[in-house]
Amino acid sequence: MNAPPPPLAPTGRSQTAGDLLEVSMGPHHPSTHGVFRMNVVLDGETVVKLTPVFGYLHRNHEKIAEKNSYLGSIPYTDRLDYICSMTNNWAYVLSVEKLAGIAVPERAEYIRVIVGEMTRLFNHACLAGFLLQDMGALGTPLMYAFREREKILDLFEALSGSRMMCNYMRFGGCRCDLPEGWPEKAARIGAGFESFLDEFEALLTGNEILRARSEGVGVLPRELAVNAGVTGPGLRASGVNYDIRKVDKYGIYDRFKFRVPLGERGDVFDRYMVRILEMRESLMILNQALHDLPDGAIIDPKVRLRNLRPKAGEAYGRIESPKGELGFYLISDGGPIPYRYRVRPPSLINLTVLEDMCMGHTIADVVIILGSIDIVLGEVDR
Amino acid sequence: MQTLEQIKDRIAAALPGARLAVIANASPAGQPSLLLDHEHALEAARFLRDAPELRFDYASNATGVDWPERTVKERVKVKKMIDGVEKETEELAERKIPGCLEAVYHLYSMELGHGPLIIRLRTGNRTDRVTLPSLTPVWRSCEFQEREIFDLFGIVFEGHPDLRRILMWDGFEDHPMRKDYAPAASGEAKA
Repeated sequence: MNAPPPPLAPTGRSQTAGDLLEVSMGPHHPSTHGVFRMNVVLDGETVVKLTPVFGYLHRNHEKIAEKNSYLGSIPYTDRLDYICSMTNNWAYVLSVEKLAGIAVPERAEYIRVIVGEMTRLFNHACLAGFLLQDMGALGTPLMYAFREREKILDLFEALSGSRMMCNYMRFGGCRCDLPEGWPEKAARIGAGFESFLDEFEALLTGNEILRARSEGVGVLPRELAVNAGVTGPGLRASGVNYDIRKVDKYGIYDRFKFRVPLGERGDVFDRYMVRILEMRESLMILNQALHDLPDGAIIDPKVRLRNLRPKAGEAYGRIESPKGELGFYLISDGGPIPYRYRVRPPSLINLTVLEDMCMGHTIADVVIILGSIDIVLGEVDR
Repeated sequence: MQTLEQIKDRIAAALPGARLAVIANASPAGQPSLLLDHEHALEAARFLRDAPELRFDYASNATGVDWPERTVKERVKVKKMIDGVEKETEELAERKIPGCLEAVYHLYSMELGHGPLIIRLRTGNRTDRVTLPSLTPVWRSCEFQEREIFDLFGIVFEGHPDLRRILMWDGFEDHPMRKDYAPAASGEAKA
């Protein structure tokens, strides 16, 4: 990997001449999964230049958090990647725990792993559903995925009171304990998810149209993926063995047995397949965590949640969110509000290579290449 | 991973004349950082990426921090002649810390699995000397993040291939993440 860095993509305002056609795709195009826009320059149907345009959902989340107490920012983090509120909570509380030196009780760590892996399960299932929708399998695969997601969201609602905006984790633990019978229900839903995956794969993975549309499309070379900071399933599909659950072993991830699926070619199909395999590993972690779930406290009672004043200093904490490396960089000046609050958004940084992946492919492929990156605009634009 | 002091010494040996400083961090996270000077930042970044035992091939996070000018009150020991005898007394003194803008990078090594190494760059002041060398030529992952720092903090990155606003719109003039930013009185941001 000592090769010189890959050349930078041509950038700047697009100038079109001759037979080239400039298309503004989005921000309300259904395939952009939110309010994302791409300026695409086409030669016939082939992409010769692509410039992403951001900011339609920008509300300066970081500035809001710099005027808010540490506790008051937890509900805002739900709204970053609004599919995966639990993992957003986790990344933020983990960083604050690093900043203030707070320990987490064992039971809370297990609950975090359980809800975190459930989040990964339905995020990947929905991504696969959306990706197939983008390829023209309208409705059915997505609805199958949403059916399974709904079962987990019911569990989240029973746990936190909200399906999607869970606001569940706290510094030093979790907000409330599992309701009666929750782990048993979770185990049943986990078992059901296994058979859903079998069915989903039997219907789709070998499908000729899926293969034809995705194999060899949107190839992301390994060196470029590393240099451009791509993380999560998109990085592993390019064959780089980097999973923060294994590298940092944050929380209690060193206690679980699971494998890190890797792709070979780094095309759209590999990114689809890595996610399917990751769901199987997540189910393994989920089963182990539910089996070993200890009794005990769910939060450290000594933590002053409402008036947290970490010592002056800084900390960067990160987790393997379903989309990639979600990190929070916090600076404290000793006061009750963070001096600096920064979100490291995996969705935005994974888009750095969008143009490189789309060059030379057709406009129809742009849709599925974007779909295979897995972005959420709440996090891209913050 | 080598300690920050060791890494600092290695950079100093590889790049004679580089001015480096370790910035301590009092938080329990214990993540001290390395301050680089403008002239050698790009070379130092290349060295960190390519040196075989370091191999920081992955720049995870790049962000800005605004430090307006502050006055700190400190107790200083002063020698004074009191009744013909020299005595040491404590006095409260005010010290001005000039303002600056900072760019902070969190580096990891995917190949060797270590990190984070935190490097910082500082501007001369907050108004006219706000230029820093861009590290995008070394790590592509900084491309959008440096654009974001330019947009929200107003640091101009020299050598960035496409330095434009990214989240705010093109006609917008201010830099909202600066500590002294005030939106226009109507509540609408200035166009």
